[in-house]
Amino acid sequence: MRILKTALLLGLLFVFAEAEQPVHAETLQELTSALSVKSYSKKAVAVKKLAASGAEEAGVILHALMDGALFTRKTDGKIVLGLKNESIYSLSDPINGSALGQAKKSELKKVKINNKVRIAIRAGLGRLDLSHPDSEKRISAAAAIFKSGDPSMLGVLLELVKSETDEDVLPAIVRAAAALELTHSLDIDARINAVAQLKSTGGPEVKALLIKTLSNIQGPATPENLQLESALKGALADVERQLETYGLIENLFQGVSLASVLLLAAIGLAVTFGVMGVINMAHGEMVMIGAYTTYVIQETCRLYFPGFLDFSLIVAIPLAFAVAGTFGILLERSVIRFLYGRPLETLLATWGISLILQQLVRTIFGPTNKEVSTPGWLSGAWEVTSGLSFTYNRIAIIFFALVVLFFLMMVLKRTLFGLQMRAVTQNRMMARSMGIKSARIDAMTFGLGSGVAGMAGVALSQIDNVSPNLGQAYIIDSFMVVVFGGVGNLWGTLVGAGSLGIANKFLEPYSGAVLAKIFVLVAIILFIQKRPRGLFALKGRSVEG
Amino acid sequence: MNIQKLTEKGPFVSLLMGLPGGGKAFMGILLSAAIFIVVGNQFVPEGNFFHVPTYMVSLLGKYLCYALLALSVDLIWGFCGILSLGHGAFFALGGYAMGMYLMRQIGDRGVYGNAELPDFMVFLNWQELPWYWFGFESFAFAALMVMLVPGILAFIFGWFAFRSRVTGVYFSIITQAMTYALLLSFFRNDMGFGGNNGLTDFKDILGFDLRADSTRLGLFVGSVLALAFGYLVSSFVTQSKFGRILIAIRDAESRTRFTGYRVEYYKLSVFVMSAVLAGIAGALYVPQVGIINPSEFSPANSIEIVIWVAIGGRGTLWGAVLGAILVNWGKSYFTGALPEAWLYMLGGLFVFSTLVLPKGIVGTFPIFYANIRSKLSGKSETRQATEAGDI
Repeated sequence: MRILKTALLLGLLFVFAEAEQPVHAETLQELTSALSVKSYSKKAVAVKKLAASGAEEAGVILHALMDGALFTRKTDGKIVLGLKNESIYSLSDPINGSALGQAKKSELKKVKINNKVRIAIRAGLGRLDLSHPDSEKRISAAAAIFKSGDPSMLGVLLELVKSETDEDVLPAIVRAAAALELTHSLDIDARINAVAQLKSTGGPEVKALLIKTLSNIQGPATPENLQLESALKGALADVERQLETYGLIENLFQGVSLASVLLLAAIGLAVTFGVMGVINMAHGEMVMIGAYTTYVIQETCRLYFPGFLDFSLIVAIPLAFAVAGTFGILLERSVIRFLYGRPLETLLATWGISLILQQLVRTIFGPTNKEVSTPGWLSGAWEVTSGLSFTYNRIAIIFFALVVLFFLMMVLKRTLFGLQMRAVTQNRMMARSMGIKSARIDAMTFGLGSGVAGMAGVALSQIDNVSPNLGQAYIIDSFMVVVFGGVGNLWGTLVGAGSLGIANKFLEPYSGAVLAKIFVLVAIILFIQKRPRGLFALKGRSVEG
Repeated sequence: MNIQKLTEKGPFVSLLMGLPGGGKAFMGILLSAAIFIVVGNQFVPEGNFFHVPTYMVSLLGKYLCYALLALSVDLIWGFCGILSLGHGAFFALGGYAMGMYLMRQIGDRGVYGNAELPDFMVFLNWQELPWYWFGFESFAFAALMVMLVPGILAFIFGWFAFRSRVTGVYFSIITQAMTYALLLSFFRNDMGFGGNNGLTDFKDILGFDLRADSTRLGLFVGSVLALAFGYLVSSFVTQSKFGRILIAIRDAESRTRFTGYRVEYYKLSVFVMSAVLAGIAGALYVPQVGIINPSEFSPANSIEIVIWVAIGGRGTLWGAVLGAILVNWGKSYFTGALPEAWLYMLGGLFVFSTLVLPKGIVGTFPIFYANIRSKLSGKSETRQATEAGDI
């Protein structure tokens, strides 16, 4: 069997070698001038030959041909590269790039192309890219061939399988070669071998290819066809299993990502609601203010420090904290401090504040969405294997959420302010008699919670629309997280956000996004009946008050 | 209120007589205003100063539905201390029940002319009516559902919540989650309630054309009667022994429990009662505005109801009615005249009413008035006036 296959490969190579033989004899100059023939099919042949030469310049010429920048000079019939400069074309030699003076439009004749030639150019460029020095280019070229399924590339690929030394590039070339062999080869063993190779690479595209081939098997149920069919089915099952695992990992990642967003939105609330017992319905608006701060800083950077634009997000984090924190302190001093001990009234008053803040932002920035761009260092994705990739901004948000949580815990546990804050929470009168200015602590605590919400706004500006309604979308979810996790406990908030996020994403494939959300809401409502104080409830007499 | 009195004068009259001073005045004002409007609409010629145009009748009818809704919120918040941020859900459910009846009345006059299926179901390629739509062609059944559906939801929800002693803000937050969950589900086309377009294009109710002036007037009168009925029931409930216990629960829940009352059953009963009233309000609202869609479930709407009550004066029945009418009138006026400013004003109202007017208009002005009076004459007046405001 192996001998058979080798024979086949040799045969194929031979065919190609024969076709390529005359190419080497011709110079690049001759190859280029062959493009001036009138017949499109001859032009396509010329393109193929040009590509097969593997010369660096061939790429330039083919690109120029594709873009319609290649002309025949009427005076001597030479192929030239023409760059349009108003009505005058400046000419240059396509091979060595030397300038050839200028010409009017009437002196030139465009080298026309049709679809057949275009296909040839594309294949030719792919072939040139396959031998490009840059390994990234080689991988993408192999992937392009895999997609197009152009049988004429098989010979090149098989050649390259042997000569390719780069560990990263080889699998892509093997995959492309196997795909071509599976679809175009007539030899059953070669095809089955190709199936085995495809199986080992895996990925959603391979799955699609396998399904397509499976449905394309023609003819009677000969032993060979049956053999191929069973091989395909086995490979398909394998690939599907692998994809399912990827799907699970992907889902988990999505869940963790949603959880981190929920954590960010809820963690400030955990301070104001959990530690202070204040229901702040304007919490979502603090998030929104943080997002708008990010937007303003980005625009300022764009105007005054364009080179700095990629880092405006970093600057936005402390500034959003400061701006939202200031709003929080103002809110506490002007409204909330009169309402301590009246939680329901606080809820209503802060709801009113949230309406005012939304309308304020709408008046200043307009009702439409503002765009906060993703900086270069956050765009793109980390491709683990084919079919499994994580976007950088989601990963960054997960880390950011954890950092914020850590930062907040440090503040609460390790600083004097945190100590005073906990003292006031536990026993206000006693704390005051120890010389703690409780009113000041109240304001600072509220500022801290709001500031953290502002930082959440910076993160959310990367994945959500920055609009006056940004905060509204998160307020109910945040409350759910805090209530579910248990009031007065940051670990509870972490667990709450984690379980809600992951539960939501795992339900989604079965029920759809909206139903998943409804299920989670109903589950929380039922859960609260069982444990009215959340997962990590504070115990003791002070809780009932 | 003793039984002898009831039998002597008939229940309705004695209920009316049993109303406290403020309540009698309220009923008087409500009924005479209604008569004034009916006469102004039907018998005063157009162009006359006292003529009430039909659109105004419908607008007032809408306010009265809101007033009944506010009354239902006041019943639980003002008298029992339960702050529900999901009362809009009961209102909307009542509205949907009525909307379903009205949809079935369209018959084959819809765009697709299907006698059996409403337009949106034809549009979605449904072949037959879902099971929960059966029976809604009968008005009596729909009217029953208007009360049953919100009532049963409130019963189930309250049963779980009150038994496990979910109180205060926790209760408020989960009611908000409840209405949010309903909002999301009613947005789905699969639910069979018309998705985000809701139910609309109604033609007639009980055989009367909905666009006819006389039908609109009839609906207005219906709203007046419903509000009067709701007011009487609420007034009766709050003044009975049952109502006293509700107030005790509001002021000192643990103490009431320790005295031997099953607090959760009292709360549950009043919560269900309130949900039914809200459902009735919704059912009267829908034919007057001509549409019901999922946005009625939005948590913001439910919070707005609470502010009507807070502005008017929680714990006073006619305060809730007054608040609902005042705020909604303001909303109609300002969203037309100064659309930008309305949200500032609404937000300001929330802050203002909690900070400056914790007792609402009805609770604050008698005290204010009494203070002036007491400065002028003697101290004995003060007590009476504050008591009068404390209905």
